[in-house]
Amino acid sequence: MQNKSTRALYLIPYGAWIALFVVAPIALVVYYSLFDIHGDFTFANYKAFFSSIYLELTLSSFWYAFLITLFSLLIAYPTAYFLTKTRHKQLWLLLIIIPSWINLLLKTYAFIGIFGQYGPINAFFAAIGIGSTQLLFTDFSFIFVSVYIFIPFMILPIFNAIDRLNPALIDASRDLGASPWTTFRRVILPLTMNGVKSGIQVTFIPALSLFMITRLIAGNKVITLGTAIEQQFLVTQNWGMGSTIAVFLILFMFIIMLFTGQKEKGGASIGKTK
Amino acid sequence: MKEIIRAAVAVIVVSALLLYINSQLGKTSGSSGNDTITVYNWGEYLDPELLDQFTEETGIRVVYETFDSNEAMMTKVEQGGTSYDVAMPSEYMIEKMKEEDLLIPLDHSKIPNLDNIDPYFLDLPFDPGNEYSVPYFWGTVGIAFNPDLLEEDFDFTSWEDLWSPELRQQVILVDSAREVMGMGLNSLGYSLNSTDESELNAASAKLDELTPNVKAIIGDEIVEMMRRSEAAIALTWSGQALDMMYVNESIDFAVPEEGSNLWFDNMIIPKTADNVDGAHQFINFMLDAEVAAQNADWVGYSTPNAAGLELMDPEVTGDERFYPDEEIRGRLEVYRNLGPEMTGEYNERFLRFKMGMN
Repeated sequence: MQNKSTRALYLIPYGAWIALFVVAPIALVVYYSLFDIHGDFTFANYKAFFSSIYLELTLSSFWYAFLITLFSLLIAYPTAYFLTKTRHKQLWLLLIIIPSWINLLLKTYAFIGIFGQYGPINAFFAAIGIGSTQLLFTDFSFIFVSVYIFIPFMILPIFNAIDRLNPALIDASRDLGASPWTTFRRVILPLTMNGVKSGIQVTFIPALSLFMITRLIAGNKVITLGTAIEQQFLVTQNWGMGSTIAVFLILFMFIIMLFTGQKEKGGASIGKTK
Repeated sequence: MKEIIRAAVAVIVVSALLLYINSQLGKTSGSSGNDTITVYNWGEYLDPELLDQFTEETGIRVVYETFDSNEAMMTKVEQGGTSYDVAMPSEYMIEKMKEEDLLIPLDHSKIPNLDNIDPYFLDLPFDPGNEYSVPYFWGTVGIAFNPDLLEEDFDFTSWEDLWSPELRQQVILVDSAREVMGMGLNSLGYSLNSTDESELNAASAKLDELTPNVKAIIGDEIVEMMRRSEAAIALTWSGQALDMMYVNESIDFAVPEEGSNLWFDNMIIPKTADNVDGAHQFINFMLDAEVAAQNADWVGYSTPNAAGLELMDPEVTGDERFYPDEEIRGRLEVYRNLGPEMTGEYNERFLRFKMGMN
């Protein structure tokens, strides 16, 4: 009895945290989304979301988030795989993680210089005779910088998943006559899928609402839902509409979580990614 | 069990103590009593030496805080957490704050230096009779350009020049709905405060034609890009153009003839003020001819202070690009507060324009 009530007491901080910092903010966002600029109760914001540019904006946000995730994955999976094969794998991993300690904005500003008309890349292009090209403010630069920023977050869960893979399984597959490709497709990939899913989650979801990079690197030629929310809150001061967009963003994230969620499988130690 | 209760009590006591200390600190950092005022201004918008001089002359200590947008400033004043005594918002924001009853009327008898201000800048539509505000700096919106980077000669006396097919991927716009929509409206000869739907539609269509020429839509990064000759043409504010010219001498600035925006930042006393008397003293001090001249030298924007102008370098004050004469000023328009619906409409159109870029 004593034990039970103590345990309940220990739950209080956790419960309070969830209530204050998870449930309450979401409830507030939903609450605000039900009011127009004059403070009248209405569903008009939701109607506006479906009938206007915001739908188009959602599609383009998804498209860019998809591209960013895809390229991050294409680079991260082989990298993570070869990392697990190196001798000092923790050191190599650390070297990849370190750049993510640097502030995102600083890294973004650095790219303005690197991609600039007089930056090192254009100097190189000029030297090999291609001539200087407009790199900054293009789709290419936007996706490049975003992928660069998300790669460490993609590598980490995949690395953990591959690292925990029991090598005996691969040996067994080989002994039973599977080609390297079949081994990869039928053994390694399914067993590391949970790592891939976590990687997609931590990349796709933030990529949907990126907004500083869209301005600094893409020169606002790429617009995401994040930009729209910022504008509604800071410029238009239409908190209702801003909250409505945020509600949809939360919904989208929830759906993505559902799709990439990890199903508990009995006894598997492979899926642990955290 | 006992331990947990003890721990919980300890946490509560410490929290209460911290709250108390915080509220005490809050009292002292915001102005209190007659020996401090809190000034709330844009960044890089006041010569810090003048604050010391003010304290020396009056014995009033100045707490100085900065904001980066009118909207952010208004939100903080509304919340009332800090007791700001003087703030420097732009004209349309003053209209809005007046509507929301956030301003304290000025006592003109306590501001004798008001006589130093050029009458042209007094009694403007956003604040008739200067009941609530005194002009601080003013400027225009125009085109900063670097002739060295352009193959053909443009002087940008007309907005139409920006639409020239020779300028593909060369124009940088400032990331602000009023400025960009205003440019679209002005280029067609409409008012930049237009609320007429057909005029706004025409302006949006006109802006869509500009997309092939637009290189980017960014914020303060414009200054750095122009300085490093990274970009050739920018839609920007006069003071920002001057910032570019200090570093890169090839840059020139023009205000197109069809019209553009004339803006004012003004000193006001918000409702949050604790030291209204000190605030009046500060405003009067800033209007002093010598102080205004020194401040204008440091900040670089145009001062409305006629007496101060006479003390400044004639080469600066004679520059038509930054001190346009009355004839040019007659073609410029001041932003009016459009109200929440129209502000939303302008922003939605701007968002659509940005989306059309790709």
